[in-house]
Amino acid sequence: MHDLPDQLTNGLALGALYGLIAIGYTMVYGIVQLINFAHGEIFMIGGFGALTAYLWLPDGTGLTLALPLMLLLGVVCATLVAVGAERFAYRPLRGGPRLSPLITAIGLSLALQQAVWAFYPDAKKARPFPQFQGGDFDLGFVTLSREDLFIFIAAPVCMIALALFVAKTRTGRAMQATSQDPDTAKLMGINTDRIIVLAFAIGGAFAAIAAVAQGFKTGEVQFRMGFIAGLKAFTAAVLGGIGNIYGAMIGGLVLGVAEAMAIAYVGDIPGMEQFGGGSWKDVWAFILLILVLLLRPQGLLGERLADRA
Amino acid sequence: MPLLEVEGLRVAYGKIEAVKGISFGVEAGEVVTLIGTNGAGKTTTLRTLSGLLKPLAGKITFDGQVLNGVPAHKIVAMGLAHSPEGRRIFPRLSIEENLALGAFLRKDTAAVDGDLQRVYELFPILSERRAQAAGTLSGGEQQMLAMGRALMSRPKLLMLDEPSMGLSPIMMQKIMSTIAELKAGGTTILLVEQNAQAALSLADHGHVMEIGRISLSGTGQELMHDESVRKAYLGED
Repeated sequence: MHDLPDQLTNGLALGALYGLIAIGYTMVYGIVQLINFAHGEIFMIGGFGALTAYLWLPDGTGLTLALPLMLLLGVVCATLVAVGAERFAYRPLRGGPRLSPLITAIGLSLALQQAVWAFYPDAKKARPFPQFQGGDFDLGFVTLSREDLFIFIAAPVCMIALALFVAKTRTGRAMQATSQDPDTAKLMGINTDRIIVLAFAIGGAFAAIAAVAQGFKTGEVQFRMGFIAGLKAFTAAVLGGIGNIYGAMIGGLVLGVAEAMAIAYVGDIPGMEQFGGGSWKDVWAFILLILVLLLRPQGLLGERLADRA
Repeated sequence: MPLLEVEGLRVAYGKIEAVKGISFGVEAGEVVTLIGTNGAGKTTTLRTLSGLLKPLAGKITFDGQVLNGVPAHKIVAMGLAHSPEGRRIFPRLSIEENLALGAFLRKDTAAVDGDLQRVYELFPILSERRAQAAGTLSGGEQQMLAMGRALMSRPKLLMLDEPSMGLSPIMMQKIMSTIAELKAGGTTILLVEQNAQAALSLADHGHVMEIGRISLSGTGQELMHDESVRKAYLGED
């Protein structure tokens, strides 16, 4: 028996996580029209950064105490890698053929995976991630795990902060201008190189927070964790309308809920018994992506293409 | 020493040279126009002056400083504003946000507010629609916004690229009379236009560009009465 409120909670938690990662894809795409396929690995490095912080602390440190440090080191590591990737891998190729940075992104993704595999202690297998102590919260209509509570706090805080930053601050407005017309943004006196670095940095920071959330959920981090998470978040970004930060979050939530529903209920449909359960969830996610690309290629909140007069 | 001095400027896109060695100057307080057909290199010249393109050779001096190698976002701070071809307003930002971006580098908040009021007085329609997304404006209104945005940096030199392009005759009249008004107010302007008649009647000096070179220079009046200019650009036989 699958309880609908519980399944919905699962889906929303998963979706919020996808959405946080998707912000990184969508912000970078919105400004430099590049799909940063190494973003999944930046997420993974955020997870390892957080784990490292935990391992530095004395044994038996409570998670409430450790969490701020884990988030901090995770965010620092992921942001540094994201900014470094921009500076040394993508910036030299800017203005060149569109295919070059894309190939570089795939290469960088593999290189980062292999670097963690080779150089992080014991990373050849999954490393256990610290877990919350204590049980779930019973809210009556739904039970909420501590891991889910974390993502339900972290994701809205990040999103609201980003939305306020983009809409209200001078730098946020410069960011919007750069994404709408980079050359003209330069004519306003905006240092667009710095705006691009900022987009990579924010994306990296959010990905690290998502990686901590995923570490709590799955109880481990491993060097390949960025691949599927990155693909899902990319799907979420396209689903919501790539280039649109609200779209990334909504796309993530739609994707997460759709996956949770498919896992819980597809097997109950007569004749579909063999497609039920968790092993088919990626298939449903990508079928959703294909449907969106066919029916609404600009995504749910996609931007009109004809608004440049 | 003129405000802007361009010497032997050459600019290329890959192997194709669009500007093949031009020299001209703009004195403070005057209006100088570059006229010529499509592909003559006028827009390329302006984009190089504002730092969006890198010159192949030549020297650009503005207000006593050499502009070669200075990135675009620093050139506007030196007092050179560029209202680009095709207007290029930020479509999903409001009119007021577009104008605020024109003053992006300015710290003198009170004076910026004053300049904003001045732009609204110059173009009342923008004031009425200040909260509206700029992409919803008509072509003429977008041109006003692009000019207003460039003025918001309080430039020493205002570069206008094809301000009358694609506008109705009435709107073109309005834009040209605004340029005359700015000139009367002492603004130094470098104007690129295909509408040679309108541009020359406003300009103190003009230069005719043909496939990357300046073929003829003179005062606005001289060029307007020049036989070859009349034939080629003013539509007379």
